Parts: sequence; C-alpha cells; structure tokens
Amino acid sequence: MNAEAMPGYNYAYLDEQTKGMIRRAILKAVAIPGYQVPFGSREMPLPYGWGTGGIQITAGIIGPDDVLKVIDQGADDTTNAVSIRSFFARTAQVATTTATEEATVIQTRHRIPETPLKSGQILVYQVPIPEPLRFMEPSEAETRTMHALEEYGVMHVKLYEDIAVHGRIATSYNYPVKVEDRYIMCPSPIPKFDNPKMDDCPALQLFGAGREKRIYAIPPHTRVRSLDFEDHPFEIQAWDEACAICGSRQSFLDEIITDDRGGRMFVCSDSDYCARRVREQEDT
Amino acid sequence: MYVAVKGGEKAIAAAHRLLARERRGDESVPEISLEQIRQQLSLSVDRVMSEGSLYDPHLAALAVKQARGDLMEAIFLLRAYRTTLPRFGYALPMDTSRMHVRRRISATFKDVPGGQLLGPTFDYTHRLLDWGLAGAHEQEGGVPGPTEIDEATNTPGTPDMPRVLDVLGREGIIESEGRSDDPEPGDLTRHPLTLPAGRSMRLQNLARADEGFLLAMGYSTQRGFGNSHPFVGEIRMGEVEIEFVPEELGFSVTIGEITLTECETVNQFIGSGDARFTRGYGLTFGQGERKAMSMALVDRSLRAGELGEEVRGPAQDQEFVLYHSDNVEASGFVQHLKLPHYVDFQSELALVRGLRRDAAGKEEDHER
Repeated sequence: MNAEAMPGYNYAYLDEQTKGMIRRAILKAVAIPGYQVPFGSREMPLPYGWGTGGIQITAGIIGPDDVLKVIDQGADDTTNAVSIRSFFARTAQVATTTATEEATVIQTRHRIPETPLKSGQILVYQVPIPEPLRFMEPSEAETRTMHALEEYGVMHVKLYEDIAVHGRIATSYNYPVKVEDRYIMCPSPIPKFDNPKMDDCPALQLFGAGREKRIYAIPPHTRVRSLDFEDHPFEIQAWDEACAICGSRQSFLDEIITDDRGGRMFVCSDSDYCARRVREQEDT
Repeated sequence: MYVAVKGGEKAIAAAHRLLARERRGDESVPEISLEQIRQQLSLSVDRVMSEGSLYDPHLAALAVKQARGDLMEAIFLLRAYRTTLPRFGYALPMDTSRMHVRRRISATFKDVPGGQLLGPTFDYTHRLLDWGLAGAHEQEGGVPGPTEIDEATNTPGTPDMPRVLDVLGREGIIESEGRSDDPEPGDLTRHPLTLPAGRSMRLQNLARADEGFLLAMGYSTQRGFGNSHPFVGEIRMGEVEIEFVPEELGFSVTIGEITLTECETVNQFIGSGDARFTRGYGLTFGQGERKAMSMALVDRSLRAGELGEEVRGPAQDQEFVLYHSDNVEASGFVQHLKLPHYVDFQSELALVRGLRRDAAGKEEDHER
C-alpha cells in the first residue's frame, strides 16, 4: 500500500492495528446480522455526528483498487459528502466516482441510491443513534438486555399508540426493521421509502456509529422486514408530482421552495440517478 | 428556475480561505507566537492538554492558535492528533506525594505537615479589572521579580509534604485507597465504555470530561441532587516525575516531569462502629483546580451504587454522566444538526401534511 498518501499519517488515516480492530468488529457484525457490536471508536479529524462511524468503516475496508462514492441526502455534491470524499482522496488516494454502478464502496448519509445495488458492492451507512429502542428506554444497559431477551414489546406498543392517536404509524424516517427475524435494527435516518431496498439486497450493508461506538451489518440477501401490523401494513411515501428535472415518478423527491408565495418544485434527491436519466433522455 | 446546488467543493475552499483570514485578523497587528500562548495563556493551554488527553504544551498552544482561541475546537484538534500516536508502553503509576509542590491547601486541618502554601492562585484577588495590563507595555515594576517570589513562598518543592488523606488513612478513619476488585486499569481510548463501568474507567472518563459539564454536575450535588457531604482534604499543584521501565533496561528511568493538579475530598462516612470517611478524587494536567474539585465531587457521587446509597440525582447516574461528559462528542453531535436534513424533513413534511389531510377529510364527513 502507498504509505505516502499523506505525510505523517498511515494509509487511509487510521493505523493498521485500528483497522484490524474495526475489521474484527465488522466480521462479528456480519456473523450476527442486526446485532450492535461495540468497538473502540477513535477520534477522527472530522466531528462526531458528521459521519465518523461510516468513515472508520470505510477506512477499515478501503484499498487502492476501490472506487469510492460518497452521498449525503442522496446527492454527491452536498458539502459534507464533498468533504468526506476529499478526505479519502487525500488520505487513501482512492479513485472516486458519482456513478452508483461504478462504485465498489458507497458511503451514505440518509439515503440508499435509487439505482439497485449489485453483488460485490458495499454500502456504508453513517449512523447517529444506533439503538432503535433509545427513545423508549434511555438506558443502554437496559436496551442491551432487551435485545438479548428479544423483548421488543415497547416497540410494538409505540407503533400501536401511533395508530391509536394518528390513525397511522407516525414514523417517516429511521423506520425500525427486523433483521432475519431476530434483531430489531435502526436503519439510520433513511426515509422509510428506502426500507424495502434493504431486504434481500445483493450488496453488503455496513453501519457505523462513531460517537456511540457501535458497528452492525446486514449481509447480502438477508431478510429485512419493516415493522407493521396485519391491518396496518407498512407503506412508503409517494408524491403526486414527478421530478421537475428528469420526470421520474419512482424516486424520492426533495421539495425546493422557489419563491415566498408558496411556489415549490420537486426534484430527485439522488443526483446521480437524476442526471443519468436526463442523459438517457437526451440520447434517445 | 432552480439551479441544483453544485460547487460544494469551491464553497468549502472559499470558506476555509475566509477562516484563515479571520484567524489572522488585522495584519498590522503582530502575529501571536506559540511561546506567547504557552507563557501568557497558560491556563488555556492546560485545559486543552487535560481535555485533549495529551501532555504537550507546544502542540496545545498550536491548537489554541489554530482554533482562534476556541478551546473546545482546540481540544478536538489535539484529540484527533493524539489518536494517531502509537503506544510504546505505560509509565509507572505516578506518586503525587513526591510532587514538587507549588500550591497546597487543606480545608480540613488548620495546619498539616509541610504547611499550607497558597501558590499562584486567583483566590483572594479582588476581581477588579487591572488597567495596568491594558496598555501596550505592562507597567514598570508591575511584574514581581524573583526575590519577591522567594519571600512570598516558603521553600517551594518541600520534599516532606505527605498527602493529607494518607495521614487520615494511617488512623484508619478513612477508607483505604487501593481496591482489589478493580486492579488493572482499562484504556478508554482503545476500548468502548461498558456499563457498569469500574472506577478506573470512570476516572478516565472524568479526566477528559468537559470542565463546564463537571462543574455543573458537581454543583448539582451541592444543591441536593445527591449530596455527598464533601470536605476538601487537600488540593495540591506542582511537578511530578514520570518514570518508565524500558524493556531493554529492566529498571525505571525518569523520562520527564509534568505539572498536575490533584484534589482529594473527604466525604460522607459509612458504617457506624467501624465508621470511616469515603473519598472522591480529581486530577488534571497543569493548573486545573476548578475541574479537579468538580471531578472529585462527581467521582464520589458516581460511587453511590458501590456504597449502597440511593441513586437520586443525575450526577449519581453513571450512564447520564459518562455518556454526556465528553465535549468532543457532544459538540459534534449537537452541531451535526446544521448538516442537511432535507430528506428526513421532507419525510416528516409529507407525514404532517397527510395527517392534516386525514383530519380535514374526517371533518368534511362529519359535516355531511
């Protein structure tokens, strides 16, 4: 490996011992899908809460032959995505791309790309609060016990209370899932629109929470079910509008305010997907 | 027409250029040197070293300069550097009873072996702005010379200055310091915190904890949220030698000297026939008396469970204190809220609009 990537620092910033520790945590996470593995998270040169868990995973698995894509809110050009991509371009001299299908490692915050992922790809999620039960039970000691005993009653009560009060489950992002019929898992704050993409996904999905010092994983082709009730089945968001740029009716749309008189438009949150559709339309 | 936000990279580069300019300020004013920061803002340097968990005044001064005096930012800079450093071994436990003491006070005894020594303290200064410091040059004769210093202090570094609590310990009237159930200290910077945490892990957490947080937590115990009836047995500040045993030598050598502030409190007694006081402990790099005292209060209150006391206040709750004490973690997570959340907010917007639509539909049904 190229040790000269950044003077005074190891390849991909972290020392090899730390990378080994992270890889062991990842292996354990893959072996127990949906289980939160504690790991010796390090201070990174980017702030906690800004993707340090994802960055540590990416630093732990990336090599010179990889092609890295980084997205935030689905887009490659949001400031924090730009910052993380340039961090790896600088410390690991890795090739970067915005094209989902060209990437071997995709680090993401808050979205799963619209373009279906393939076998061999790795999707690395940045996770702020890894514990799905946290806002029902603030104590970490308690929630670990609840996971161990598969004691998930509080979660179902919470979802039921939503239906009783609002007539529907009032969670629109970070919607809890059950992995391989065992662990309830936090999918990170992706919109529930993206939840079905996690199920039976051919790519490896890794989740890193730096500040909370946890890593968890969904191996390829794992069953991932969004929690629901028979009479209130899980549904995803839909828009009356189509993307104003590419015309897509299948993608997650961001709302843009265009004036102060109620004017608004909707565009794809996935900038790569949107641009590719525009190119295809121009070709035909 | 909306133009998709592009050019994040250019915007970031431009922001960093602006930042560099703001940091330097007016170029007709001389640039501040690291040595000036070390010498004249030494308490800033001490705090950055303590909470940055790295004893290096030069790098801490660099961090303070780079951070434009924002100490939390400086602490973060130092931490992010520290984490890349290799470990070549562990020093021998430091013996603070052999400290070259520059300040030492006890609030429990009028006199103690070695005496009370005020040292360089803000205590008993009247907090009146000193106009003499405002000019371009400090007033002639404003800074005391070495002879005056010698008169003001009795021989500094008196070797025979036993720790006050050791004196009490010999009488058996205070709990002994060593505990057999927590022998080998872990390393919080290499392994994640697990709960319940042993005292050594808790003390590591508190040693790098935010001073303001510990101050508020300690203060809350004084106001009734888990009182531990503290007395300041001793505060001492001075230089302690660090000894290290290189494998190839097999005996210890002194590799340096660091400045420390240590606070030991004498707290609420336990038992009755065999009644004895309990302890709280605080330690910081450099001069960090406010933090060392706060730390001792919080250390003692976190021992509530172990000493069979009811956990009633936040400062007695391990999870509450240990998970929220670190300002690098807290600052990052609070400030991440300024990152884009378009997607989550769009999801919530759709949900709230849907709920309102449902409600409006129901009202129409009702009216019909």
